[in-house]
Amino acid sequence: MLKTFKLGGIHPRENKLSAGEKIKALPIPEQVVIPLSQHIGAPATPVVQKGDTVKTGQLIAQAAGFVSANIHSSVSGTVTAIDYVTDASGLSKLAITIKVEEDEWIPEIDKNNKFLPNITLSKEEIIKAIANAGIVGMGGATFPTQVKLTPPPGNKAEFLIINGVECEPYLTSDHQVMLEKAEEIIVGIQSLMKAIDAKKAIIGIENNKEDAIEHFQQIANRVLGIEICPLKIQYPQGGEKQLIQATIGRSVASGALPISVGAVVQNIGTAFAVYEAVMKHKPLFERVVTVTGKSVKSPGNYLCRIGTPISQLIAAAGGLPDDTSKVIGGGPMMGRSMINIDSPITKGTSGVLIINEKEAARKTARNCIRCGKCVSVCTMGLEPYLLEKLAVTNMLESLEIEKVMDCIECGSCSYTCPAARPLLDYIRLGKGRTATMIRNRK
Amino acid sequence: MSTIIITIISLCAIGVVSAVILYFVAQKFKVEEDPRIDVVDGLLPSVNCGGCGYPGCRSLAEAAVKSDTLDGIYCPVGGADTMNKIAEALGREIKVEAPKIAVVKCNGNCDNRPRTSQYDGARSCAIQHSLYIGDTACAYGCLGCGDCVTACTFDAIDMDITTGLPVVNEKCVACGACVKACPRSIIELRKKGPKDRRIFVSCVNKDKGGVARKSCKVACIGCGKCVKECPFEAITLENNLAYIDFEKCRLCRKCVAACPTNAIQEVNFPARKVEVNMPKPTPTPKTVEKTTEVAIETPKVELDIKMTRVEEPVEVVVETPQVSTIEEKQVETVQVTEIETVPSFQAEEQQADAIKTEEIQAELAKITEALREENPELKTQEEVKTINN
Repeated sequence: MLKTFKLGGIHPRENKLSAGEKIKALPIPEQVVIPLSQHIGAPATPVVQKGDTVKTGQLIAQAAGFVSANIHSSVSGTVTAIDYVTDASGLSKLAITIKVEEDEWIPEIDKNNKFLPNITLSKEEIIKAIANAGIVGMGGATFPTQVKLTPPPGNKAEFLIINGVECEPYLTSDHQVMLEKAEEIIVGIQSLMKAIDAKKAIIGIENNKEDAIEHFQQIANRVLGIEICPLKIQYPQGGEKQLIQATIGRSVASGALPISVGAVVQNIGTAFAVYEAVMKHKPLFERVVTVTGKSVKSPGNYLCRIGTPISQLIAAAGGLPDDTSKVIGGGPMMGRSMINIDSPITKGTSGVLIINEKEAARKTARNCIRCGKCVSVCTMGLEPYLLEKLAVTNMLESLEIEKVMDCIECGSCSYTCPAARPLLDYIRLGKGRTATMIRNRK
Repeated sequence: MSTIIITIISLCAIGVVSAVILYFVAQKFKVEEDPRIDVVDGLLPSVNCGGCGYPGCRSLAEAAVKSDTLDGIYCPVGGADTMNKIAEALGREIKVEAPKIAVVKCNGNCDNRPRTSQYDGARSCAIQHSLYIGDTACAYGCLGCGDCVTACTFDAIDMDITTGLPVVNEKCVACGACVKACPRSIIELRKKGPKDRRIFVSCVNKDKGGVARKSCKVACIGCGKCVKECPFEAITLENNLAYIDFEKCRLCRKCVAACPTNAIQEVNFPARKVEVNMPKPTPTPKTVEKTTEVAIETPKVELDIKMTRVEEPVEVVVETPQVSTIEEKQVETVQVTEIETVPSFQAEEQQADAIKTEEIQAELAKITEALREENPELKTQEEVKTINN
């Protein structure tokens, strides 16, 4: 019996169309637009000016505060603007535009493809290297990694849990990275273990990636303290709290951090980025992005420079199909549909999903029939139908009592609702308002 | 039989004892309340809309009784009438506020603001606003899901299905519920204005001119023409957006004409450029109205006022009083080249009329003087009256 989390969960059709597609490098575009806010926390402060010449990997914006991340140039060329640029949701965000001239990397980066297995840096040096490289959670949440590696005093990390679940349908970028960069990931995991003094690392991989599980098991047998944990296919297993419960069987209390049960969770993509940062001194300026969809000609996994327009990625996959209805940044469950496909790929873009008209059609919402399906699938043990009702009537205190802040916005409730009610839409609204209320109270 | 009697007696006894207990308990735990609260509460409209800032009408009543000055206590639903009554009941003075009405400051209908995407999420402006820019290219404009309509407890806002924009009707009591509900702060409470006439910038777009214009044909582009045009310094320009202070605005409509994008809207004004033929028995001055002895006939003053744009001096042609006096008077044409006051359209009839009356009176006085010079015996009605008396 495979392990999984205890409460709720769904199993949507996997649709991993791009599984097994080798990672291809996307050609460098003529111009990149690098947003200053690609992470959770304060937007980075630019350290270059208009007209400056930058090299690939050069720091162009510095972390502003503790919860923030450095941003590096993904190309070499001239900074043409530091101005507001329309992002994927149509809103204006500050970004640095660089006109690409050539691809000259800064000399610090070890461009050699040679695999380096021996970690020479100390604990502090590793964390510093990660912070300098501007690494954020690559699963999509984009939480600055160095913050996670510095646990609050009094907490001790026992386990490092690596998220190789990729429970979102369609997405295959992590899967492909696991197949192609397993050795590097293991070294990355060892660096992370050293950084938090964890004695054990567990890699959680869902059972639909058997090749990755086998591949890792062969390598991990040679390494001490790393264990592979095959997991039952269940969404949202990639959620931090769900993964902790699935792998080590501990439950994180409401409002508490994973470190309270002695766990630190990192994504596979993050582990690979850590390897590159620690061993090769390479900052985070490119990532693997899945471009997929049922109508897409050639779904695939592409290594893209941060700031490349999404339209170019779509063009590489055979262009935008005629019956496109929505283009979604991320997976179908938690991703957001975008209205501007010229917006750039950021550190958190794990996939670009193109949905055709037939799939995108949303049913008309009908009345709640009190079937309780949403309650049974909620992985946080909440009552989504009630939260929705409270959010509609703006009863924020009641929402707080009903633990709306625990909601991980996985969308299982909306997925399962037979009345097609937009449960998550309202819960997210209520959650936002409740968060504001709590913040104002302090 | 005795059972019945005993039952009745014992029940009565229990009743009496409980009544006594209840009486003393009621005396002991009596809640002292100012009787004026009930009075004030009775004067309030009892709609509990929360427009005053208090949870309900009774809370407002309690606050009003407690407060010494009634400062900051105002029932928008009841308005000046109610507040005057409350002030009277409490024996206090009150500053009466001008009645207000909710104004929707967006004119981005489908023609003016083309749709760029289709929103199929939950029908709520707040949700749409939190997700993305909205289904048009304007990040500030109306989203059209009708959160304001849902919030209104007075049935005063409807969605106009042809424009997709909310329309405030006369039922509005300015409680401000829609203002709070709108995630884009499009709705503002503004002074109702005389005869419900209002002028406001119907746009909240803070983008630079070019961007704003691209997303919407009737966006405020922050050109500042209205600011220059306004004779009362009522318009301010901030973040590429003009704002008309309704306290300072005198409804002259100069800004409306100056706005290159028609972002400034006028409401309830009659149509412009009207040829106005002033009615016959024009403000004929009393002085000359009916002359008895000398018989100056009522001068049939015919005014031919050509209403033009404000810049041009208005011509008031006073076609002579056709005075059939003893000595015949030739036709005189008086040209009034300047009417200094603002409103030069028929709309402001009353004010304009008053001004014109003055002008005419002055002219007639001149004429009378001239007549008198020629015929010193000429007497006005009033003089005649005094003589008669």
